[in-house]
Amino acid sequence: MIETAKKLLKNGDVNIVIGYSEGSQGRVRPFFARNEEEAENLVYDNRCTQNLAMYVSKKEISKYGKPAIVANIHTLRGIIRLAVENQIKDGDLIALHINDKDEMTVCSTLEEIETHLATVTPQISDEDKVMIEKLDAMSLTERRNFWEKEMENCIKCYACRQACPLCYCTQCTVEVNQPQWIPVEASIDGNLEWHIMRAMHLSGRCISCGQCGDACPVGIPIHLLPMKLSQEVKNIYGSISGMNRSEGCAMATYQPGDKENFIG
Amino acid sequence: MNTQIKILKSANYIKLLQKLFDHKKNIYGPVRQGKRIGYQKINSANELATDFIIPDMSAKSFVFPCIEKLFSFTKDKENVEIQNLNLDNIPEKIIVGIRPCDALGMKSLKAIFGRDPADSIFQTRLERTTFIGYACNQADDYCFCTSINGGPGNTEGSDILLTKTDSGDYIAEIITPKGESIVASAPELFEDGSGLDKQKYLADVPKRFDDSNLENKMKAAFDTNVFDEYAIRCIGCAACAYVCPTCACFDIQDRTKGSKGERIRTWDSCGLKLFTLHTSGHNPRETQGVRWRQRLMHKFSYMPERLEVRGCVGCGRCSRRCPVDMNIAESINIITDENII
Repeated sequence: MIETAKKLLKNGDVNIVIGYSEGSQGRVRPFFARNEEEAENLVYDNRCTQNLAMYVSKKEISKYGKPAIVANIHTLRGIIRLAVENQIKDGDLIALHINDKDEMTVCSTLEEIETHLATVTPQISDEDKVMIEKLDAMSLTERRNFWEKEMENCIKCYACRQACPLCYCTQCTVEVNQPQWIPVEASIDGNLEWHIMRAMHLSGRCISCGQCGDACPVGIPIHLLPMKLSQEVKNIYGSISGMNRSEGCAMATYQPGDKENFIG
Repeated sequence: MNTQIKILKSANYIKLLQKLFDHKKNIYGPVRQGKRIGYQKINSANELATDFIIPDMSAKSFVFPCIEKLFSFTKDKENVEIQNLNLDNIPEKIIVGIRPCDALGMKSLKAIFGRDPADSIFQTRLERTTFIGYACNQADDYCFCTSINGGPGNTEGSDILLTKTDSGDYIAEIITPKGESIVASAPELFEDGSGLDKQKYLADVPKRFDDSNLENKMKAAFDTNVFDEYAIRCIGCAACAYVCPTCACFDIQDRTKGSKGERIRTWDSCGLKLFTLHTSGHNPRETQGVRWRQRLMHKFSYMPERLEVRGCVGCGRCSRRCPVDMNIAESINIITDENII
């Protein structure tokens, strides 16, 4: 990976490599190599679960020019989803995918990413599966109580939004104050509104990478909301997000054959 | 007042808490809730969490809540009537088990909110809160209190500081008149401890950076690229500011319903992109690098210059909780190491 990154930088194929380096206290952290020397610091192992696709739309990174991005499966799916939503186009980036067997594939086109994703079955962790089943089994009141209890801890720091590759809006609804749709302060009702709004906005778009939950400084399993909605969209429309550019936008598209049995 | 040293036997500590409960005092302390540890209201000593380093959130919300009402208002045609907050309704609270870094954080907050005109709501909250601190007997690699003049046994900000000894009993330092009044409520539970030394029971927190001349080193770094370089991975959330015991930026919002409403104060952060955004659309702090610089300059240069206190107590929460491993001690180390001057 380091050799490939160095070659890409040397040949001018890319201007920056978005990857991981050693961080503090045994953690890894996002890392940005802009020359061959910096590329020496890149690492990749099973700690590299963060979805780096979110950096593609950050101006602090895009100012450097074309990136190569060290990509786990979630990152690849994020890239495809960004392409579906016209945020990136073919040739904008190169993905360096490393699979479970530590084999690296260089994907220079979106089609190469799609071909690779076609061989993969999207999965969520066992822990998330258990939690979603637990929530599904709850009554409406129990579920509301569960989330209200969790929302007591939400401090509205927006780490969930900032860590999400699909929260790329230049102006988020919470930043609109005329009218003020969602309260600025972290009140329980306002927190619920914010998280429901975000989950609805991500329904059918969320690639289930779980980044929002991982980023939460107070440990709210907030990723379960968009994750569950993605499952619902899959069940109703058969669409899985972040796999192929032909997947479209289930929740933003009307088709005469769409089921309407949720009405009345 | 001179600090008095006493012994509080572990059984007497429980009795002391029981006595405070019996007197219907509002007592708060670190409580475990699933994976979280937070300062919460308790009704029995059994609820207190043990064997952990530091609560996830700091104790600042006791004096500077995440949301607080400043006053209410009613509008009747042209007339607006304002109802001030009745400060008498702010309850007395006792916080047990507050860590020395969190207690020290009160000094920074006091300097910020005490600046003329002093904030009466903040001051009342602080006056009505008693801190029974708990010296740290364990630390992790994120702790750096000793690098900024704090320490695992620092007494500043605490009214009483308890240090647990090997036998499970506590060395109790009675630091303020508020602390004395706790002792006075149950003097029979405290024994004389003059001459006892708590040092050997304290956690070992190595120095992570040299803080000499830090203010000037920060200033010298202002125009260099160290902040941009360090913050290149910063994603622009407010986690660091909200878990911080001293970050005090706030936003003012009106919550209205019909002709009635209330004005509230709520936490804000320099990490967020709306921070210092002008009406024109221009923002003098447009990138995360510049926002990170503001964060560090504020804590280690502007506050010492204007308020004679730093805006950091070395608790390490911002670094523990950062989703992308922004490590404040490391960042300062880079600045002080590079000899920019």
